[in-house]
Amino acid sequence: MKDLLHGSRLSFEDAIDIYRNEDLLLTAARADAARRSLHPDGTVTYIIDRNINYTNICCSGCLFCAFFRPKGHPDAYIITREEITSKIEGTLALGGTQILLQGGMHPDLGLDYFEGLFRFIKENFPIHIHGLSPPEIHYLAAKETLSYKETLIRLKNAGLDSIPGGGAEILVDRIRAQVSPRKCSASAWLKVMETAHELGIRSTATMMFGHLESDEERIIHLFKIRDLQDRTGGFTAFIPWTFQPENTRLRLNKLTSVQYLKMLAVSRLVLDNIPNIQASWVTQGPKIGQIALHFGANDLGSTMIEENVVSAAGTSFNLRIDEIVRLIETAGFRPVQRYTLYRPVLKDKS
Amino acid sequence: MDINFSDPALYNIYQKVANRERLDLEDGLVLYRSDDLTGVGRLADIERKRRYERNTFYVYNQHLNYTNVCINRCLFCGFSRDEGEEGAYTFSLNDIDEHIRSRLHEPVREVHVVGGLNPALPFSYYVDLLGLIRDLRPDATLKAFTAVEIDFISRIAGFGIKETLRELKRAGLAMMPGGGAEVLNERIHRSLYPKKIGPERWLEVIKAAHEMGITTNATMLYGHIETLKERVMHLIALRHLQDETGGITAFIPLSFHPEKTRLSHLPPNVGVDDLKTVAVSRLMLDNVPHIKAYWVMVTPGLAQVAMSFGADDLDGTIIEEKITHMAGAKTPKGISCNNMRNLILSGGFRPVERDAFYNCGIYNP
Repeated sequence: MKDLLHGSRLSFEDAIDIYRNEDLLLTAARADAARRSLHPDGTVTYIIDRNINYTNICCSGCLFCAFFRPKGHPDAYIITREEITSKIEGTLALGGTQILLQGGMHPDLGLDYFEGLFRFIKENFPIHIHGLSPPEIHYLAAKETLSYKETLIRLKNAGLDSIPGGGAEILVDRIRAQVSPRKCSASAWLKVMETAHELGIRSTATMMFGHLESDEERIIHLFKIRDLQDRTGGFTAFIPWTFQPENTRLRLNKLTSVQYLKMLAVSRLVLDNIPNIQASWVTQGPKIGQIALHFGANDLGSTMIEENVVSAAGTSFNLRIDEIVRLIETAGFRPVQRYTLYRPVLKDKS
Repeated sequence: MDINFSDPALYNIYQKVANRERLDLEDGLVLYRSDDLTGVGRLADIERKRRYERNTFYVYNQHLNYTNVCINRCLFCGFSRDEGEEGAYTFSLNDIDEHIRSRLHEPVREVHVVGGLNPALPFSYYVDLLGLIRDLRPDATLKAFTAVEIDFISRIAGFGIKETLRELKRAGLAMMPGGGAEVLNERIHRSLYPKKIGPERWLEVIKAAHEMGITTNATMLYGHIETLKERVMHLIALRHLQDETGGITAFIPLSFHPEKTRLSHLPPNVGVDDLKTVAVSRLMLDNVPHIKAYWVMVTPGLAQVAMSFGADDLDGTIIEEKITHMAGAKTPKGISCNNMRNLILSGGFRPVERDAFYNCGIYNP
């Protein structure tokens, strides 16, 4: 096994071997050492933000989703300007700096809608728009018969600041064809991200694991992200999370905490070119979310003032900002509120 | 062995662990204060694997909390009620008969009986309760009554501890749970559980049980007002008792749930503290065979991780747990055998079903 601390990169075979065979705490200790060398100041970051889902109408129909509704369903909605205004005002009042703006693939919402929405937000509020994952951008580009580049330039000009890494699921088409057949392909996801990075739009990357994919496919996913990052350097963070099967059409057992932590640690080791790894306390709960900080994660993610997608699938943890700060401190780290691109929020103590 | 710690203070302890030297108070505090969580875990894992390799034990069990009426009213308790208060209950022998009969079709190996100190119950109630369960479930081990209850029952009976235990043993008592120890410290005793027996008496009752051939568990309720030093002193007190008697089978750190107690202003315990407590327990209690991660209190996910931090037992499948849930626990009330086995297997360990005395062979062909 090569020594990660001394510069040599993990090969695909090494990664598989570690993932499958290495003792949990040995991998964790190595991931922790990698985290320490990337973040030697002992800080753990978090962001105060709100997740706003502009619509739950979606024509994708992914098997793992408990959130979407078909058009005409009594629960179907498109957010109004009044709703978005009050949500953003509430976010700013709580010290929030970002909205995570995502939604379904709604057949009637075109580029005009998003340009109008982003301009409205930017004209009225000092807030970062972290919005539209690659499947939404891919869908929008196809609908408008524009290239990714043209679409992204228009969104950026309207106010889009950065892109969340959602919709990556597992970046292997064999899996996507089964669980999300109408969502964009693995190569399209990567191409949207590459184009965004080239335009100076930073993004995160995610992985949703624990459905139909194999061990190898999880590691392939990591290497696809690592390869793109070698070319663009545009990913700020990687966020692995486990599939939440409740209320979905996939009748599977949820992955367990150790399976999550092992993958998280391997992610830290493989993705040596991505500065930040986020722990998902929303899917794992506060105890394991905190433990993840010793398994390679250096960010506790979002305070999640509102989180529709995961709570619809039965997970609802409502941690307040104080609780997040306490989790970081009692884990032995210094909590730092950050902006979307990981710059610290400097607090005026007066 | 290739072992690296980010906390250099752990190398000394590693040397002691490698040489099988006993750890002292200072070592316990170094472990607790270390920010190298995985390092602390790996030290405990050495001890764990020495004893059990990758085996993790669990038991198919049934809990019976026969009453929540209790004269002690400890500050950390969300379960107890006064007689007549809303939510107060006491099972009659008929109720107990129904509870046990309702699950006779299940392969229950251990019945865990714990309750409040209810002055309305005569000595015969306890004797009859044991006899009833023993007759209905002759193959299950009856693990009943903490040291606190034994002390109370002896006063109800007007007997000494040994005589009380002799009567209860005759009625079917095979083993005793480890509850009621809380933190074995006079300061904590006076502040949080002044009406309950204190540290000395708890140790005395447990010792008497061991001397009569009744094995017990031992516990520590942590995460309220106690200091880290008080925790480690607690472990050392148990280790001292165990040196004398050898009667403790398992140690169970109990993670305090403040929510519905009179200490609800305290924040809930965090995962790092739960794991460190398991690890420190494994390392300090070198003479106690088993360390349990009690999933009801720490969540199943954390208990699973705790297997890599020194725990070799995930307790039971439990269906009717009341004490922790009445204090606000959000964990499931029971876990199926399949879920338990999956939790252990996917945590990288080998599930081994046991009975109360850690006999395993017959259930694991």
